[in-house]
Amino acid sequence: MAYSNKVLDHYNNPRNVGALDKARHDVGTGVVGAPECGDVMKLQIQVDGDRIVDAKFKTFGCGSAIASSSLATEWLKGKTLAEADRIRNTEIVQELSLPPVKIHCSVLAEDAIKAAIADYRKKNEAEEPEAKSA
Amino acid sequence: MKLPIYLDYQATTPVDPRVLETMLPYFHDQFGNAASRSHSFGWKAEEAVENAREQVAALIGGSSKEIIFTSGSTEAINLAIKGVAEMYASKGKHVITSLAEHKAVLDTCKHLEKLGYEVTYLKPDRTARISSEQVRDALRPDTILVTVMWANNEVGTLNPIREIGTLCRERGVIFFTDATQAVAKVPVDVEADHVDLLCLSAHKIYGPKGIGALYVRRKNPRVRLAAQMDGGGHERGMRSGTLNVPGIVGLGKACEIGRLELDAESRRCRELRDHLESRIRKELGHVELNGHAEYRLPGNLNLSFHFVEGESLIMGISDIAVSSGSACTSASLEPSHVLRSMDVGEDLAHSSIRFGIGRFTTREEVDYAADAVIKAVRRLREMSPLFELAQEGVDLKTVQWQGNH
Repeated sequence: MAYSNKVLDHYNNPRNVGALDKARHDVGTGVVGAPECGDVMKLQIQVDGDRIVDAKFKTFGCGSAIASSSLATEWLKGKTLAEADRIRNTEIVQELSLPPVKIHCSVLAEDAIKAAIADYRKKNEAEEPEAKSA
Repeated sequence: MKLPIYLDYQATTPVDPRVLETMLPYFHDQFGNAASRSHSFGWKAEEAVENAREQVAALIGGSSKEIIFTSGSTEAINLAIKGVAEMYASKGKHVITSLAEHKAVLDTCKHLEKLGYEVTYLKPDRTARISSEQVRDALRPDTILVTVMWANNEVGTLNPIREIGTLCRERGVIFFTDATQAVAKVPVDVEADHVDLLCLSAHKIYGPKGIGALYVRRKNPRVRLAAQMDGGGHERGMRSGTLNVPGIVGLGKACEIGRLELDAESRRCRELRDHLESRIRKELGHVELNGHAEYRLPGNLNLSFHFVEGESLIMGISDIAVSSGSACTSASLEPSHVLRSMDVGEDLAHSSIRFGIGRFTTREEVDYAADAVIKAVRRLREMSPLFELAQEGVDLKTVQWQGNH
């Protein structure tokens, strides 16, 4: 199978590989997929106020899965949570020119974004009023 | 050293220059139809075909009269299984095979099931091996055929063919073995091994694509087949169609070279294979061998690299041609049925790479491949959430995974 240049670029030079401290309150972590299915994505965001200031990923999966999560972290940085929530897998498909058999990789990336945001929100639900007053 | 490096010898092999040279005259100068009885063009073609038949027979210990030329192993498998099923239907309608067989066997057996035959699919052990005890336990009074491959194409595991053959002979059941990966790699002797039907293919043994053969035992017992291709009655009526003379000549030469060089070549391939494995294991932990440590093809090495997905690893070693049992490399998105039948675990199936070493592989190439694999696995593990969890001491089997992709 031939990969698009963008997939190859993200595979060869993945952006934002790494980990944030998942114990921190300003970090949201999403882990989706399963080893038996051949792909697991871990995506993390660090949030300041309402804005994502950092994003990191680690992915077990094919080149397209790695590229999808790498691209996702690139897009997440600087976005508000509301904007991040609106990222759709179809945009990832388009940007990376993913073939139909690889669409599930983009779906997984969207799921990972949503899971990371949900984790962040869950962690900070209780403290939101306090955060507002500060 | 030329890039890319070919390490996929179980998929196909380059035509040996000596084979190619032998074939060339039969395309233009000696182009006759081997069935033409009225002139020298035909006689010369027939002579070349009969010479090749001897060469094929010599490789497997049969007689030339027992060799039927086909377009390759898939056709030979279809002819053997369907041919026996149809011919012996009045005797019984039960067939025994294994889950680790090639799709050509499995799909042909599925076809028989649609026609009302019963098929027992034996489950191989963790190394992909089938035992003769399993076959014995599955035999029934209405069993007409046992079909078990000699060597597995993915993990290289060798089955106990002589034991299974001996058992089938005692019980009067026809025994067919798909020896596509085995011939010219390990010793094959249809007499000593009690094989009744055997298929082989030229392109796996440095011959051309599109030509293969089926060995059909003529005595003790005489095996009869219902033809699956009707026509001019070529190949003792078992396979009609004008003979592919250049292909047959190439197959014959490939078999001859394979026979004469078998010992030296398998020793060389085994050394290179072991060298590759030991280099990888020296540098990387969490590497599993798929297949049998002892009973396996000399040039086959199938490894699973924990925490790394196969397709991404193949991408990382892009100037090395290998294949993977990962779902992502197949059109069906299903991981390898062979690895699944062995219960290696779906996660390890996704992480498997098959290295195939052959006649033209050099030590320099193996070293280059080892370096590339080690580097790529390290890099991918650095970006693998599974590796991270394992480093933290988490047992991945205890994790509740989310999502069903």
